Amino acid sequence: MSDLKSGSNLEKVLKAGHFAFTGECGPPKGANVEHLKEKFAYLKGNVDAVNVTDNQTAVVRMASWAASTLMVQEGLEPNFQMVCRDRNRLAMMSDILGVYAMGVRNMLCLSGDHQRFGNHPQAKNVHDLDSMQLIALAKKMRDEGKFLNEEDIDVPPKLFIGAASNPFADPFEFRVHRLAKKINAGADFVQTQCIYNMDKFREFMKIAVDMGLHERCFILAGVTPMKSVGMAQYMAKMVPGMDVPESLIQRLRGAGKGQVAEEGIKFAIEQIEEFKGMKGIAGVHLMAIEWEQRVPEIAERAKVLPRPKV
Amino acid sequence: MIVADRKPLDEILEMIKDYSKIMIVGCKGCVTVCNVGGSKEVGILASTLKIARNKEGRPLEIEEKTLERQCDPEYVDQLKDVLDSYDAIISMACGVGPQFLSERYPQKRFLPAVNTTFFGGAVQHGTWVERCAGCGTCVIHYFDGMCPIARCSKSLLNGPCGGSAGGKCEISKDVDCIWDMIVRKKMEQGRLDELLEFRPAKDWITARDGGPRKSVREELVQ
Repeated sequence: MSDLKSGSNLEKVLKAGHFAFTGECGPPKGANVEHLKEKFAYLKGNVDAVNVTDNQTAVVRMASWAASTLMVQEGLEPNFQMVCRDRNRLAMMSDILGVYAMGVRNMLCLSGDHQRFGNHPQAKNVHDLDSMQLIALAKKMRDEGKFLNEEDIDVPPKLFIGAASNPFADPFEFRVHRLAKKINAGADFVQTQCIYNMDKFREFMKIAVDMGLHERCFILAGVTPMKSVGMAQYMAKMVPGMDVPESLIQRLRGAGKGQVAEEGIKFAIEQIEEFKGMKGIAGVHLMAIEWEQRVPEIAERAKVLPRPKV
Repeated sequence: MIVADRKPLDEILEMIKDYSKIMIVGCKGCVTVCNVGGSKEVGILASTLKIARNKEGRPLEIEEKTLERQCDPEYVDQLKDVLDSYDAIISMACGVGPQFLSERYPQKRFLPAVNTTFFGGAVQHGTWVERCAGCGTCVIHYFDGMCPIARCSKSLLNGPCGGSAGGKCEISKDVDCIWDMIVRKKMEQGRLDELLEFRPAKDWITARDGGPRKSVREELVQ
């Protein structure tokens, strides 16, 4: 993994052997650029790249490509997210070209939450390609310089290609194979779903390492600090494919009034500490959902600062 | 078969509010099998509409008829001598029926009484489930006879997605995750390697995405 495929900061950090630290930023439900820039400020310098979510949970927001380009202008590195729910292959390819032209160098390929979860459940979904095929498409565009129809691209988009992996969805036995499939399709890096069940994640990573997947792809462990007991209970019960052990909910509850958020952050920091030494883990993806203002503190306490200059 | 559900009574009443003499035409095909548009259901709808209109003090005259099939000109022709005296004709066939009727009798008004839902079958008496999306290029041989186009909420060809939990789809605990079923069957039979193969982008030309479709069998065309 020595030659640079995209030249993105994230790629350089990972390939230089540093423990990567990525963040996340959800675009606004509107065109509030000022608010978006306030969120950028908390992330700037504290992470290697920032995931820009794409109508996450199927709720309409500012386009991920637009927020990504705003991020480029502000001197941060975006990890442009693209879901298969809202675009057919024409729109996917043109958006890939568009973001590359605007300076985006990382892209995360996702299926996307079903629109039934979101604020326009009446919408027609697309799913022309699935996330696996989107990964392969981004790779084909970059490495072969060709569109899906084999026509040549005039200046191919050189993106560092990311994928998601959820070790906690079912069937568990197939999850690592699906990750391998994404790597075979062209994923350069993988960010996992939020991890709370550490035992299960250790088991997942052991299999992944035994299969040598960590040598073919950078695996970043997903961390989302819990803000409240309610959030933990909601994630445990309402979010399919999310595994929140009862012991964690008890721990948060035991923290007492006014201390739950701090306990959530403590747990996240303990996790990051373990991930630093976990075989096969190349970094952490911190998804501080609508909690960007706490990222500098979490980064500081997790001892991942300063971020490497590469 | 094609599965359908009866439209709500209020919607049908609204469609016929300006008429006093109508015909209801059933179909002995799929809609009879799924108990929504056969002669029995034609009778029930006729009685229900008459009662509703009598309550409004605007009686409705209804003729009942059920054709062998409404998707075949031969049977549609059987209405040619009886339609003229009706203000409108309600079809209880799938969406094909009222269109074939309209094309054959362009001077008359045809109204649908059912919502055509999917291609499927009955898993128990009174419960029908979707099995086919009619995409025009069947791929179920890759998936042990299970169709992810019709049965995965995201039509994934390289599933399952991260929302699969406990054998259920992320959209509802009432919806089975077809990918969970595909993976488990392959695992049980020691053929998981078949799922490790990348399934490329589907050609949707043969699906509705390629425009309205037509099937011509030269040997049958006279």
